[in-house]
Amino acid sequence: MTKSDLVEALHGRVGFSRKRSAEVVGLILELIKEALERGEKVKISGFGNFEVREKAARRGRNPQTGETITITERRVLTFKPSQVLKERLNHRR
Amino acid sequence: MNKSDLIKALSDRGDMPLKEARAAVEAFFTAMEEAILREDRIEIRGFGSFCVKKYGAYVGRNPKTGERIQVPPKRLPYFKVGKELKERIDS
Repeated sequence: MTKSDLVEALHGRVGFSRKRSAEVVGLILELIKEALERGEKVKISGFGNFEVREKAARRGRNPQTGETITITERRVLTFKPSQVLKERLNHRR
Repeated sequence: MNKSDLIKALSDRGDMPLKEARAAVEAFFTAMEEAILREDRIEIRGFGSFCVKKYGAYVGRNPKTGERIQVPPKRLPYFKVGKELKERIDS
């Protein structure tokens, strides 16, 4: 599934024109990205939570050369699927 | 930000009634969820991708009691952040 399938889904289910549907899909994604960029958690009930986590600097190793390097502090995005989604994925049929 | 904040923001930014924004957000996540349940891989450029990972059964332990328990095989949705979003978040 790609963005164009999402555009089709909104076109079919909400009745937007394809052009409007493409704008709306782009906007939904952009609004989520902006919130995450601000460091906000994005919670979609029934689907899951996106959370920005602050990782401290740590010592790592270049797996190719074996050389010890410092991995700088960084912000990473994690997704935690909702309990409902996990259950639906495991208890169907 | 939760789903209703997203709906409000979409209504403002997309210049549409709240009711329409709600229908759009619901349709968006329903389509995503259906794809995950079909175990279809989702790939959204600039955002990230979702796939379903399969884990085999293993013998685990109840951390409270130390009791051994058989954990059945399971499937879990997995998200991998896309390059653009990864960079925007870390900058």
